[in-house]
Amino acid sequence: MTNPATTLSSPGAAATTPQAASTSKKPQSRRRSVSRGWIGWLFIAPFGIVFVVFLVSPLAYAFYLSLFSKGLATGTIFSGVGNYVKAFTDPEFLSGVWFVLRFAVVLIPVQMAVSLAAALVLDSLTTRLANFSRLMIFVPYAIPAVIGSIMWGFLYSPSFGPLNNLFSLINQQAPEILNSDNIFGGLMNVVVWQWAGYYMIIIYAALRGIDPSIYEAARIDGANPRQIALRVKVPMITSALVLILVFALIGTLQFFTEPQVLKPIANGAITASFTPNIYAYNLAFQFSQFNYASTISFSLGIVVFIAVYIFLFSTRKRRGGFSS
Amino acid sequence: MNKKTLVAAVSTGALLLGLTACSADGSTSGAGSTAAADATSCSNTIVYPDAPKVSVWAWYPNINTVVDLFNKAHKDVQVCWSNAGQGGDEYAKFSTAIAAGTGAPDVIMLEDEVLPGFELQKALVDLTKYGSDDVKANFSSGAWKDVSSGSSVYAIPVDGGPMAMIYRKDIFTKYGITIPTTWAEYEAAAVKLKAAGGPFMGDFGSNVPAWFTALMTQNGQTAWKYDNSSPQSIGIALNDAGSKEVATYWQGLISQGLVDTKDQFNTDYVGGMASGKYATYISAAWAPGYLSGNGGAATGPGAEWAVAPLPQWDTSKPVSVNWGGSTLAVTTQAKDPALATTVAKELYASDAELKDGVDTQTIFPLSKSVLDAEWFASTPVAFFNGQKANGEVYIPAENAYKGYTYSPFTTYYYSELTKAMVTIIKQTSTGEKALDDLQSTMSTYAKAQGFTVQ
Repeated sequence: MTNPATTLSSPGAAATTPQAASTSKKPQSRRRSVSRGWIGWLFIAPFGIVFVVFLVSPLAYAFYLSLFSKGLATGTIFSGVGNYVKAFTDPEFLSGVWFVLRFAVVLIPVQMAVSLAAALVLDSLTTRLANFSRLMIFVPYAIPAVIGSIMWGFLYSPSFGPLNNLFSLINQQAPEILNSDNIFGGLMNVVVWQWAGYYMIIIYAALRGIDPSIYEAARIDGANPRQIALRVKVPMITSALVLILVFALIGTLQFFTEPQVLKPIANGAITASFTPNIYAYNLAFQFSQFNYASTISFSLGIVVFIAVYIFLFSTRKRRGGFSS
Repeated sequence: MNKKTLVAAVSTGALLLGLTACSADGSTSGAGSTAAADATSCSNTIVYPDAPKVSVWAWYPNINTVVDLFNKAHKDVQVCWSNAGQGGDEYAKFSTAIAAGTGAPDVIMLEDEVLPGFELQKALVDLTKYGSDDVKANFSSGAWKDVSSGSSVYAIPVDGGPMAMIYRKDIFTKYGITIPTTWAEYEAAAVKLKAAGGPFMGDFGSNVPAWFTALMTQNGQTAWKYDNSSPQSIGIALNDAGSKEVATYWQGLISQGLVDTKDQFNTDYVGGMASGKYATYISAAWAPGYLSGNGGAATGPGAEWAVAPLPQWDTSKPVSVNWGGSTLAVTTQAKDPALATTVAKELYASDAELKDGVDTQTIFPLSKSVLDAEWFASTPVAFFNGQKANGEVYIPAENAYKGYTYSPFTTYYYSELTKAMVTIIKQTSTGEKALDDLQSTMSTYAKAQGFTVQ
């Protein structure tokens, strides 16, 4: 995309340059830039090759697969968009999509609130405790999702976990968090702590980038610390907030690791089509339907694309310079 | 071209070279692992390096010992073993290898229940062509039926899971429970336990659909009519009166609070068994090994385990059922199917190898050389405080086992059955309706997959 600033300034620049000099120099510089063009390609080649071999071509192959269908008892036939029609009318896929959408709607505000509050508090403190707290909030992100989920599995355990001890104090049976009634909240809790630290760091970094003299000006105008936080800091980091919202949205729609790890102890709450990604995995590797699994993966991609587009479109007016 | 440009070009070129060198390296090692009989990729040592090698995937905990014994005893063939994961993990890799057309081993350990699915994908060799009938006499007719489809044989049985009722002798004594021989007596004992403030009688876990299938089979369910003579046609019967009786029975136990509804095969469940949360564990012959070894110690303080035959619906017509069991099959990617069949027939089949399996409580062997042996029947089992469990319970159960016909989409069926079991547990559906729904779901699925449903 052309930067409006350069297009605006170039006529002015040309006007100050002597006409003759510019015409005599131009062909030469153009020839040089053409002869140097291939060097640029050379520089991106290491990345480009890896990108094409490990991302573009598997995607293309998966898309190719998704256009065919093969039943267990039938041969492979070309079905065009038939698989996509099937996917978007498949109640298993749709219920998975519905789950992750609901999950995103609840999760993202909670996650945002936790990380934003933590970042604002840490930003206004300068004690040693602040550094320690920042590290502690970030630690869950440093733990691999699989390990984290296993740890939460133990914390939730009605016979080994701390819940059991807590509830036995009041002579009550510890609630079963991993069953079909409570699984939504149980997973929500895991994911909030898993990612809140990471988002907190992004917000914190954005806050550190604000010129402190603005706070001084606000104070002189009589703003109290809370007003500075809500009326000055938050509006100035909107672009960082939009960025992490997009991250969170994409990540949540592709929800896989935590439910997959907790499945063996979830008392049947996590089915083979719990989320679209788990459904695609099971279709391919448990039910031997690679073609339909590819279709489900691409259909999920379409859903993610639509969701992110709607989101960016709706925040277009308010956000800062995230995509420009 | 000036100097800077030259330097840039050369360094980029060097980077590229490094990259291609990397990938060239990667592809050769990849080729090495696909030609799995390459000695470097074996997890075991090859005793006779000049003999032809057969690659094997298996996850028996003592397979290392078994392979060493096999290799020392065979100068003409050597096994190159690796562990590709247990159960579903291995099947996922095998499925990928089938789709890719390369990467599968010559011989693979598979559970009985997944054989028809892989047969249908033409991933397994019909062993009758390579002399599998030579070893047919070594197995019971039930065990042989499990690996057969029509007139073909797709694997050699190794390990079985005849079912029985494992119980806590200490709990039975404490509450004055007599060993139930029928399911009605089992329920009566559960009621008595609960009335006396005792623990759960047992557990109905939604993640053990194979267990529930076995219990419905015990009451006359013949779920599938399927064989490879007409692989596009299948008969499905999941909602017969017997199955519904079983589902209603367990739902009754659940609604009265007589049994727990925990998922099995996890630390919580095994810990619960150790601490005396359950009076019985309806399980298979491999359970003692699981509970005393892999599953963690289920031998809590004062826990006295014993085993009795599985309760029956009709004691005049007792039915023996099976849960689990594994086999060795030959894949269609085997370079030398005849040699691979020899390995499938002879691996984990010699007396020394089977003895190790029994001693380490790894398998319940199906070979008659063990089942009919005096030492096996009279071995006191440590887990059961010296009870001669094999001779008293498991060998008769295995000998009475009639075999089972599995469907070619077992994993899908199990995932749907798990959903049905959840509705039974949560009482959102009656046992009868859950099975009617399951029947229609499975019929729809089979039709969508291109089968003719009879």
